[in-house]
Amino acid sequence: MTERLSGGDMLIRALHDEGVEYIFGYPGGAALHIYDAIFRQQEIEHILVRHEQAATHMADGYARATGRPGVVLVTSGPGATNAITGIATAYMDSTPIVVISGQVPTDLIGTDAFQETDMVGISRPVVKHSFLVRAASEIPDVVKKAFYIAASGRPGPVVIDVPKDTTDPNERYEYNYPAEVSLRSYKPSSGGHVGQIRNAVRALSEARRPVIYTGGGVVQGEASAELVAVARKLGYPVTNTLMGLGAFPGDDPQFLGMLGMHGTYEANCAMHHADLIFAVGARFDDRVTNNPAKFCPEARIIHVDVDPASIAKIIDVDIPIVGHCKVVLAEILAVLETEIADTLDNADDVTAWWQRIDRWRAEHGLDHDQSERRGAGGSLLPQQVVQAVYRATGGDAYVTSDVGQHQMFAAQYYRFPEPRRWINSGGLGTMGFGFPAAMGVQFAFPDKTVVCITGEGSFMMNMQELSTCMQYSLPIKIINLNNQALGMVKQWQDMQYAGRHSQSTYRDALPDFSQMVASFGHVGIKVTTLEELNSVVPDIFGDRYRNDLVFLDAHIDPDEHVYPMSIKGGALKDMVLGKEEPT
Amino acid sequence: MRRIIAVLLENEAGALSRVVGLFAQRNYNIETLTVAPTEDPTLSRLTLTTEGDDGKIEQITKHLNRLIEVVRVFDLTEGDHLEREIMMIKVRADGATRAEVKRTTDIFRGQIVDVNQNTYTIQLVGPSGKLAAFIDALDRNQVVEVVRSGVSGIGRGDRILSL
Ligand SMILES: Cc1ncc(C[n+]2csc(CCOP(=O)(O)OP(=O)(O)O)c2C)c(N)n1
Ligand SMILES: [Mg+2]
Repeated sequence: MTERLSGGDMLIRALHDEGVEYIFGYPGGAALHIYDAIFRQQEIEHILVRHEQAATHMADGYARATGRPGVVLVTSGPGATNAITGIATAYMDSTPIVVISGQVPTDLIGTDAFQETDMVGISRPVVKHSFLVRAASEIPDVVKKAFYIAASGRPGPVVIDVPKDTTDPNERYEYNYPAEVSLRSYKPSSGGHVGQIRNAVRALSEARRPVIYTGGGVVQGEASAELVAVARKLGYPVTNTLMGLGAFPGDDPQFLGMLGMHGTYEANCAMHHADLIFAVGARFDDRVTNNPAKFCPEARIIHVDVDPASIAKIIDVDIPIVGHCKVVLAEILAVLETEIADTLDNADDVTAWWQRIDRWRAEHGLDHDQSERRGAGGSLLPQQVVQAVYRATGGDAYVTSDVGQHQMFAAQYYRFPEPRRWINSGGLGTMGFGFPAAMGVQFAFPDKTVVCITGEGSFMMNMQELSTCMQYSLPIKIINLNNQALGMVKQWQDMQYAGRHSQSTYRDALPDFSQMVASFGHVGIKVTTLEELNSVVPDIFGDRYRNDLVFLDAHIDPDEHVYPMSIKGGALKDMVLGKEEPT
Repeated sequence: MRRIIAVLLENEAGALSRVVGLFAQRNYNIETLTVAPTEDPTLSRLTLTTEGDDGKIEQITKHLNRLIEVVRVFDLTEGDHLEREIMMIKVRADGATRAEVKRTTDIFRGQIVDVNQNTYTIQLVGPSGKLAAFIDALDRNQVVEVVRSGVSGIGRGDRILSL
């Protein structure tokens, strides 16, 4: 016999049937029936945040770390609008989250009712899809579709807007959770076109100066093992985008580091001089290509992506392959293994190519031990902080970040051994993402080390969540690269506006972060020198603070810049390498 | 180049706004847009005309296809097709001009569908170019009001857009 449940109960039951462990949310009038349904069950834990934006980033962090959709619940009006930044963040980085928003009762929609906002309308440009629940009876079906759409194909956020009357506790319906879902208008592609796979293998085996360039699609698509296998088989250099870090082991000699605006010299030079680019799950973002007209002038391009709309959007492609990265890479590997001899005919060319790359690396590669350097007045340098964290965690932490110089230093110097370990807002560039995202990761993996490498500007955009961390005892390690400025903005002003620091500093108006976090019951530690840093970092990641949230307020040289930095309008190889040595 | 794109989409509330929103959001231009349910009431068919080179049209069709409620997208202008638009145009027709308006209407195979002392309302069906030519053939000062349906189109012969 099927049970009869109210709309609110059906919603929560459907989430449970979908395997949801956590809901990140914040209550309000239009969502109160749903909150009551949450109160009357034990299976799903609701995490009470302090701001709805943070809830969306938590769900997003959870999703990025686990690959499973994160779930958010907010009320109508301001609850819904507060969630928009997080939805847009998830949309730009194609991560699966399901956002449930309360809505005013159906008969009040359109009347400018109290806390009414057209959530479906306001979120439309930044969702993969959205639903407005029309009747309580359709709730199980809508939830099923929402999770399917969020997680399949190119993942993305899905909004379910739930008018209050559809969750009325007094009206009950038969509850059946659909076992399957099929949408005639939505059929995500999987395997690649066989002919194109053969063309790709031929191009790969004939290349003389190949580069494998991969992005977030390989991480999201669980295709890292296949990528590593293909790359090993070919022996070709690999570079990752900001979103793709960890898909290939970061400390591997075959890895050139990140490419793009703050990519390594060797990655950007190799891309520019390549005769074949094998792009997988990457989207030729403008932070990667620099000037598209000057992008990789000599290269043929193979582009594998699950989303046809990403192919040939920015850069013309010679061999497009629409398909799931994991499946297509496995197909390519199979052809490579059956049809290509152990040594490729191009082996000599590739050896010479590696020699060129190694020269670039030796000349201007990143220095992964900067312990001898000192900033102005003997000050600490941001790179040293990231390097210390990398050493102390053995490269094994989940690292989230925000947006700015600190993010780039983290991406450059923390060498991620595995996918899903590096979690940042690459597409939208949302300051305030890192801390709540770290919380989402910590909920997913309570026993893992979760680090948020942030800047004081970004941290202050969601620091109210210190209270949430207190409530749920989250032992996150926050590494605040405190340059007392909106450092990345200031760097652009140094480089492009003759050092006019318009609205990018607030030196005399910062809190004492250690005291502030202490007032939430957390541990705050301030360091200003390399010696202090080296003495506290092992402790932070050791037994002493295993169960504590620790906030390391690292006061760093405020004038340090991120290098390399691409020259605006130039080719990928055109980079400024340091304050004194423009290319 | 002008393109006519036909779209089959789920006949659901909100589906049309996603299509229109996409054009605004991606900075694509819509010149005309018509939409109505098909013989299958769960599906709507939409015809829109836009301008763009091959690259742009490829992006437009890909992004349309990405919308969850879009079932099929078909660029009619890629092959043989029929294009029709309906126009109703109210024209000042008094005294000496009355006969002349009637003559022009006949030449264009239009129909006068409403008459009063001062005006004729003429209905004309055809490709957009023909409707424009008719307006041009009239004296601008005589035209009182124009309403056009926007283009709808269908492939010729075996070029069929269905589920
Ligand atoms: C919400 C938001 N507002 C503005 C920006 C523009 N922005 C990019 S980096 C940056 C400065 C970040 O400062 P901080 O977090 O201290 O990092 P730092 O660059 O100093 O390491 C700003 C304002 C942004 N990315 N996100
Ligand atoms: Mg800063």
